Amino acid sequence: MINRRSFVQAGISLALLGGSVSAFAMRGAKVVVIGGGYGGATAAKYIRWLSMNQLDVTLIEPNKEFISCPLSNLVVGGSRKLSEISRPYSTLEKNHGVRIIHEMATQIDTTARSITLSNGSQISYDKLVLSPGIDLNMASIEGLPEAHTSGHILQAWKAGAETLALRKQLESMPDGGVYAITIPEAPFRCPPGPYERACQVAWYFKNFKPKSKVLVLDANQDVVSKPGLFKKAWEDHYKGIVEYRNQHKAIAVSAKEGLIKFDVQGDVKADVINALPAMRAGKIAQQTGLANLANNRWCGVNYQSFESSIAKDVFIIGDAIQVAQLMPKSGHMANNHAKVAAAAVVAQLNGLEINPSPVLTNTCYSFIDDKNVVHVASVHEYIANERTYKVVQGSGGVSSAPTELEGSYANTWARTIWSDMLE
Amino acid sequence: MKHYPLPKLAFVWALMMAGESHAVEQHVLYTQSLAATCANCHGTAGKGIPDGSIPKLAGLKNDYFVEQMQAFKSGTRPATIMHQLAKGYSDEQIRLLASYFASQQP
Repeated sequence: MINRRSFVQAGISLALLGGSVSAFAMRGAKVVVIGGGYGGATAAKYIRWLSMNQLDVTLIEPNKEFISCPLSNLVVGGSRKLSEISRPYSTLEKNHGVRIIHEMATQIDTTARSITLSNGSQISYDKLVLSPGIDLNMASIEGLPEAHTSGHILQAWKAGAETLALRKQLESMPDGGVYAITIPEAPFRCPPGPYERACQVAWYFKNFKPKSKVLVLDANQDVVSKPGLFKKAWEDHYKGIVEYRNQHKAIAVSAKEGLIKFDVQGDVKADVINALPAMRAGKIAQQTGLANLANNRWCGVNYQSFESSIAKDVFIIGDAIQVAQLMPKSGHMANNHAKVAAAAVVAQLNGLEINPSPVLTNTCYSFIDDKNVVHVASVHEYIANERTYKVVQGSGGVSSAPTELEGSYANTWARTIWSDMLE
Repeated sequence: MKHYPLPKLAFVWALMMAGESHAVEQHVLYTQSLAATCANCHGTAGKGIPDGSIPKLAGLKNDYFVEQMQAFKSGTRPATIMHQLAKGYSDEQIRLLASYFASQQP
């Protein structure tokens, strides 16, 4: 019996003999996807779809349902329910034949091509797509690890239980109180996210607790995404509620005293502290040594395929990678990484050439209140001789002003991208 | 180039000819990948979602698609976002997308 690897090699040699058609090579090849967020779930579905269901795909994801980070700020603000931004994973299995294992991947052996799961079992792969998301480096702010563990100071940057817990803190806060969000230096997950959250909390205060304040304490020089639009929204809609302070890098917090300390600026007191610490590639990527760039914070990839720059047959996508110029760490971008990686995996297993000119798009919608929305959008093309992506000249831009029409598009965008990744 | 023994190749060739009519083709894979950059908002293969406010692309007539994308590019069709995104695609890419979406069942 001919084994699969020589099968693949034979396929490649056949392709070299003149055919660019290949159906046999990948039969039964095993692809494992770790992480079922915007990146991983999309990769699992698209590898099945692009391979005409001929590849065996397993998704490893501990959560039973997908909860979207985009739109989760509306749950914090109180205009959406968590159930409205959640979707089952079961459609991936039903509609696309993806095998789903609800466990945590605890170890990857890239030499033996084997993954260990939290239940102790092992699973092997021919190709691995790793979409590990981010790890919040709690220790980057003194006092935060304890305050976070005790549930007093939350991040709510991974949507789910903490989103609801932060909402509860805001509901319990007396009118006249102060909510403070601290923002780490870029890059971090979801560049417009902290500023949208400030809008959502301010919308809640304006309607239900009008004497309360929102303090935005930003380690950066200026608002990182859509600065003009966010500042105008605060001025037009939340004057006297939102206060923005740049160059405020949080270095310590105390839940007991309701205190935030900064590297240079004076201390700030708040009733609800929402601390966003520095972020880095998800734990499993760090542990495996795949976070090889920027002081071991992010994973280096070959942008044409998203294959790791240091581990063969491992494709890394989403927020965990070292981004190219002007590439945001967004769910939409992760979904686009996933499609390029999926096509590369399918091409490699068929002995076909990897697409020489992949394209990525990005759209980030942000809610200014419960209905009005602004966007930032861009199209990114792969530049082969520079081995990176660049924004296509003349493409992209931002909204001129918040509108309900864009609010309607943002809601459809969310339901469509969830469908694109899961259904 | 490394050579593989003839029987192995013949075996593979026979397999290829025998059962499998569904073959992944390179140009199809590339076109699907390009069209997938529209799918976030317009749905997988342009099929959209029920009751969505963003138009479906599957089944749009080839010429109509090209005209609209060019109108977004030139600014003659006003838009909230498509004028910014359309400028990211070359005329050749727009032609490929047009024929792809025209061939999809709505």
